[in-house]
Amino acid sequence: MPNSLHAYRFLTEPEVRFLDAAVARLIPSDELGPGAKEAGVTVYIDGQLASVWGVHGRNYRQGPWLDGTPQQGFQSRMTPQEIYRVGIQEINAHCRAKYERPFDQLQPERQDELLKTLEKGEVELPSLSSKLFFDLLWRNTEEGFFADPLYGGNQDKVGWRLIGFPGVPSGTYKDHLDKPELYRAEPVSILDIQTGKAQVDAQGFAKHVMLKPEGGK
Amino acid sequence: MKPVDAVVVGSGVVGSIMSMELANAGLKVLCLERGRMIDPQTDFAKPYVHDELKYDRHSDIFQDLSRETITFRNKTSETALPMRELGSFKPGEMVGGTAAHWGGNARRFLPHDFEIRSKVIERYGAGFIPEDCTIQDWGVNWDDVEPYYDMFEHIYGVHGKAGNLNGEIQPGGNPHEGPRSREYPNPPTKRTPQGEVFAQATAELGYAPFQGPGAGMTQDYQNLYKLMLLECHRGGFCSSHVCAQGAKANPLSAVLPALYKQQNFELRPLCNVIKVNTDSTGKQATGVTYIDARGRMVEQPANIVVLATYCFNNTRLLLLSGIGRPYDPQTGRGVVGRNYSYQTGGRVFAFFDDREFNPFIGGGMVNTSIDDLNGDVIDRSKLGFVGGAYISSPNSGASPIKSKPLPHGTPRWGSEWKKAVAHNYRRVVGIHIHGSCMSYKQHYLDLDPTYKDANGLPLLRMTFDWHENERKMLAWMYERCIDIAKAMKPSRYHAHAIPTKYSIVPYQSTHNCGGAVMGTDPSTSVVNKYLQSWDVPNLFVVGGSAFPQNAAQGPTETIGMLACWAADNIKETYVKRPGPMM
Repeated sequence: MPNSLHAYRFLTEPEVRFLDAAVARLIPSDELGPGAKEAGVTVYIDGQLASVWGVHGRNYRQGPWLDGTPQQGFQSRMTPQEIYRVGIQEINAHCRAKYERPFDQLQPERQDELLKTLEKGEVELPSLSSKLFFDLLWRNTEEGFFADPLYGGNQDKVGWRLIGFPGVPSGTYKDHLDKPELYRAEPVSILDIQTGKAQVDAQGFAKHVMLKPEGGK
Repeated sequence: MKPVDAVVVGSGVVGSIMSMELANAGLKVLCLERGRMIDPQTDFAKPYVHDELKYDRHSDIFQDLSRETITFRNKTSETALPMRELGSFKPGEMVGGTAAHWGGNARRFLPHDFEIRSKVIERYGAGFIPEDCTIQDWGVNWDDVEPYYDMFEHIYGVHGKAGNLNGEIQPGGNPHEGPRSREYPNPPTKRTPQGEVFAQATAELGYAPFQGPGAGMTQDYQNLYKLMLLECHRGGFCSSHVCAQGAKANPLSAVLPALYKQQNFELRPLCNVIKVNTDSTGKQATGVTYIDARGRMVEQPANIVVLATYCFNNTRLLLLSGIGRPYDPQTGRGVVGRNYSYQTGGRVFAFFDDREFNPFIGGGMVNTSIDDLNGDVIDRSKLGFVGGAYISSPNSGASPIKSKPLPHGTPRWGSEWKKAVAHNYRRVVGIHIHGSCMSYKQHYLDLDPTYKDANGLPLLRMTFDWHENERKMLAWMYERCIDIAKAMKPSRYHAHAIPTKYSIVPYQSTHNCGGAVMGTDPSTSVVNKYLQSWDVPNLFVVGGSAFPQNAAQGPTETIGMLACWAADNIKETYVKRPGPMM
């Protein structure tokens, strides 16, 4: 299990438990393959929160702070670090008040229900909109599942395997541009190349190992 | 600072070409760039360039909003609020500018676009133009600009197939394009299987599909400045990214390396120009003031000042410098900030249960297009809108975080979502609407009364919304695109909804235009047809800011063309006889 090998830079233990549980509902492990928890999405989110983005370092952060219209976009004075920290505390407090246990100890069906009410903005949290929290969590979950594994998510390239994305392109793509034959390759990540697990050609493009067509398809 | 012949503000598509052309003419040229120096070989090396998260989501080559952003509102009765994170558009901030991360679509406007007001009135009458619509002719016509489109295409190595060579329609090209004096410098891209689906459906409906022109090399190419651009490998990662292969023409690959060799050229990065200085009469620019990397305020004298920044900054610098009368939407008087426009867009997706494609193979400029619904090709009298669109099926290289269209009704997350993502990623053919956007009395740019940048200077304020004319145009385009989708006989298809209001949240395009528009009348334009300020004749304001309204085709090629045109007129006319050009 990847997570047991990881030390966290930003997240606290209850936050890790919350996120492991939440992302496992957002992208579950099922017959199609591993889900977001197994892909290391919590590790990914931890890394993002510890980065420049975690404090919105490249965002405009001067007041006055007004709510504005939906068309005017993100106007919260909270940074992603604060949104996760405060949001998880307040959602767990909501769960304890209603179900006498934190989010990660609820039944999966109940977790799904709660995530849906967060998504609709129907849970009244003291400090922030539950929709704001959910939208950020979903955005980061999807990113972590499909970004290069160098960011800690998409471990073993499970997101790319799911859809058939080969990762770092091969130098032979131009010969396939107009061809109908399906291009199926073992995905190659930047991390694979930098750790010597995948080879590159003279121009630096990935050398792909082609996958055999699946039988019967 | 030692005076120079010309100071060029910005090193993007305009600044690089204008610097090159003025330096070639023997002028001592200084280019000031607010962003950092770039060495494409090391800054954008493989495999690190193939990182969707880094470049598309957290890019450090886009404008750093913590220092400077814009404020935005849909209408004057609202309070404009700062754009706190990037969304709708992504201006650049580095040597090479915004064009460094463009997708590579390189299309000429139609002859009609340069004379749209006259042509619409001529065909449909003055009453056809909405009352609040302030579209105007550019002051140049096709004969003026064609040689400079040609020049830009030979700097950027544009690929394509001519559809109209000196008035003769050519098979395989875009039959609706303006007459071109010669073929494209490079052959068109090959057609993808998805493009073939689009081509067959559109041909069946009587349209004329062609491979869209672009600047991702279809072969190794030595350009006008004797620089080698290498054949593209079609690995995607074009828009938002800088090509590690040097296969996408941009200022970093197609112009700057040749410019660095010029003895009479200097580039100063990390220098943020905050003002154009004028003499006591206000009629003559004396140079610019900038803040350097150490935070020092520096005055740079120059005989000629060229503003070559993004649409927003060209307009803002004029406002901060007090050059030209600021536009007032109540009276309609004033010019600086007037006629801000954008780009309309739309998406229809066709899903095929029984077919799979290779969506990750492609490039920002690989597409099959039709231009039959653009400009004035179709009689608009019964349709009731001004403007048009080109329709394309692009294969830009589907990156896994953002390029996973799903059929309508798919849950946003959970097992059903996962199933749909796995099933559909390789089974989609996209149909994109890329449409014009007219300009209107109430859409404009000015200085924000409240919010300031990191230097304490007022931010630029945008007041903009979609107009009924554009929504009407989009509704009609969507009907045509749904016809195309049906003709593809997919398992299912869906169309995006037409937004009722413009929002700065979702990415749409980095095609912001206007604010310092060109024209023939000083009461409705900031610069004349040579991009020369009406008020300060040794000041040239060049870029997307000069578009009086936006046409359907993406703006980059026309911005590059304007740089070639303005530079040539400065070299051939202005330098010999400084003063207002007529």
